[in-house]
Amino acid sequence: MQPADSLGDRPAAALSETFAALRARGEMALMPFLTAGYPTRPAFLEHLRTVIDAGADLIEIGIPFCDPIADGPTIQHSSQVALENGARLRDILDDLAPLEPRVPLIAMSYLNPLIAMPRERLFERLRAAHVRGLIIPDLPADEATEWSAATREAGLCLALLAAPTSPDERLRLIGRAAAGFVYAVSLAGTTGARSELPPELPAFLRRVRAAAGLPVAVGFGISRAEQIRSLRGLADGVVVGSRLVEAIRRGEDVAALIAELKHAIRAPREGAGSARGG
Amino acid sequence: MPAAHDKRPASDAAVSAPQPPAAAYALPDARGYFGAFGGRYVPETLMHALEELTGAYARLAHDAGFQRQLATLLAEYVGRPTPLYFARRLSERCGGARLLLKREDLAHTGAHKINNAVGQVLLAQRLGKRRIIAETGAGQHGVATATAAALLGLECLVYMGSEDTRRQRMNVLRMHLLGANVVEVQSGSRTLKDAINEAIRDWVTNVATTHYVIGSAVGPHPYPMMVRDFQSVIGRETRAQALAGEGRLPDAIVACVGGGSNAIGMFHPFVGDAGVRLIGVEGGGLGLASGRHAATLCSGRAGVLHGARSYLMQDDDGQVLPTHSVSAGLDYPGVGPEHSHLRDSGRVEYTLATDEEALAALRTLSETEGIIPALESAHAVAHALKLAPQMQRDHALVVCLSGRGDKDLEIVEGLL
Repeated sequence: MQPADSLGDRPAAALSETFAALRARGEMALMPFLTAGYPTRPAFLEHLRTVIDAGADLIEIGIPFCDPIADGPTIQHSSQVALENGARLRDILDDLAPLEPRVPLIAMSYLNPLIAMPRERLFERLRAAHVRGLIIPDLPADEATEWSAATREAGLCLALLAAPTSPDERLRLIGRAAAGFVYAVSLAGTTGARSELPPELPAFLRRVRAAAGLPVAVGFGISRAEQIRSLRGLADGVVVGSRLVEAIRRGEDVAALIAELKHAIRAPREGAGSARGG
Repeated sequence: MPAAHDKRPASDAAVSAPQPPAAAYALPDARGYFGAFGGRYVPETLMHALEELTGAYARLAHDAGFQRQLATLLAEYVGRPTPLYFARRLSERCGGARLLLKREDLAHTGAHKINNAVGQVLLAQRLGKRRIIAETGAGQHGVATATAAALLGLECLVYMGSEDTRRQRMNVLRMHLLGANVVEVQSGSRTLKDAINEAIRDWVTNVATTHYVIGSAVGPHPYPMMVRDFQSVIGRETRAQALAGEGRLPDAIVACVGGGSNAIGMFHPFVGDAGVRLIGVEGGGLGLASGRHAATLCSGRAGVLHGARSYLMQDDDGQVLPTHSVSAGLDYPGVGPEHSHLRDSGRVEYTLATDEEALAALRTLSETEGIIPALESAHAVAHALKLAPQMQRDHALVVCLSGRGDKDLEIVEGLL
């Protein structure tokens, strides 16, 4: 694990260093997603510590929004509960500021809560809250020109989404506008644990990697260790969201879940030879 | 709000020759912006489908076969043109301008929504999409889409908030009879906003096979443009009918605004006619001061919801505020981006009518003219009743009567 001070003054560099260090070890980044303020504001901070200690490499912090169109029922529900708990963007950033997370934090937010705050103040407060990057699911590359430039200037990474429906031309556009990594959405659909990943996923991830020229994190639907094992060599990071939020809702052992997923990243693949190294 | 462009002397408005629309107004731009509003704020998964839709729509705009098919359906199936009716007794009651009602309530299915639904479902058929989804608030767009899908033999699924299925029960029954599936949406405020969320989630999942027929002039580009174009038949007819019947363009036009599809369809052909005052009327609920209303353009600020940058009712943290209107079709915290642009440019004035004013107007129109308007349209009537007495007796005031009130009888029964 990197010491906290290496993340301090060059926030964008922290992300690429994290991906580069993992890649040198032949590992993918484990990127758990937590809805900020869920199930309560203090309990969220506890889960954040637990997830970091259990081996997360990057954390995605979901900023709750009332109309999360890219999210399935699990994250819709956690967002609604978080909002009922009064988890506004400014409170979340206040809560995060005193922490000293030893892994980079990424904020995932729909656009409207972000633009409700003056941009300079937003960036300043994100940095103070140890946030290194942003994922904005309703900001496609075409609308991201200004955000892309402003985040770069502020030393933050804007990680754009890529979808199986994106032609190569769009993937190149996404690669040019994104910073830090590209978030490859595994399937056409909303967030939510799936028992199977689509058979076309490896081909899609190869297309993203070829066109985008950045580390590729894959998310949506990933819930099980064997799914993670199947992604080795195809992606630089895996996001586990709804599965983790659901575990929190059910009171499962979150540390054990993260450790199990981390193990799936590290342990040699059973059966057929690995396509590792790409 | 003053209409900044409305500076021409009144006599200019009385010219009998049609004025060409102002060349300056050719919005949206290639990226789907009306000034600072519009765009495409959707998950990447939908972007390619929106690009394809934009391309297909542009081709069909010049496709004589498609345009002929649409014109035939509008004439023979929808029953267009709808009349521009001089409401004599209502005008006498007001004691001012001549009130002319654009009778969209007489279109098939009882509201203007069918104009867009027929257009988009035809488009879907051309795109080779066999599955149609739609959202609906009052149920009129759901009924119109289910109707068009039945006509063209396509599968149809309609998302409707459970609050709205309760207050517009008859329309749910109509959709079932038309062979559509209706999904009750239980999330959020359980109204139109949440039905749109759910429809977008469906579309993200089934984009390869499905066309999403958005019913209002909202959503990502090209929807606000496409819905406006399909609804502009209202304004084009009104323009021709006013010139033929009154020998002049209207002096003022009033239409209700929820998302704003009937209003933009009515206003758009008149935007270049500086002498025609255009007024949009929002759902004022219990009044602005109460905080319980749906008057987005009167009280909101710019934000991003449902794929476009537009005015939005939101709190300081960018969370969308709950809305209230007696009319399900106006009970929406957003508004079409072109309306936001027309508001900021000053070309269109936006005001509101309260629940109480709309109910009184519904009763007045029913009693004086034998026409029961939809609660949505009653908001436009309510404002016209205030405006007409301030206008000269030889002036023409057009009210877009966007739908009929049969669907609202249960609500009205409890409130009048």
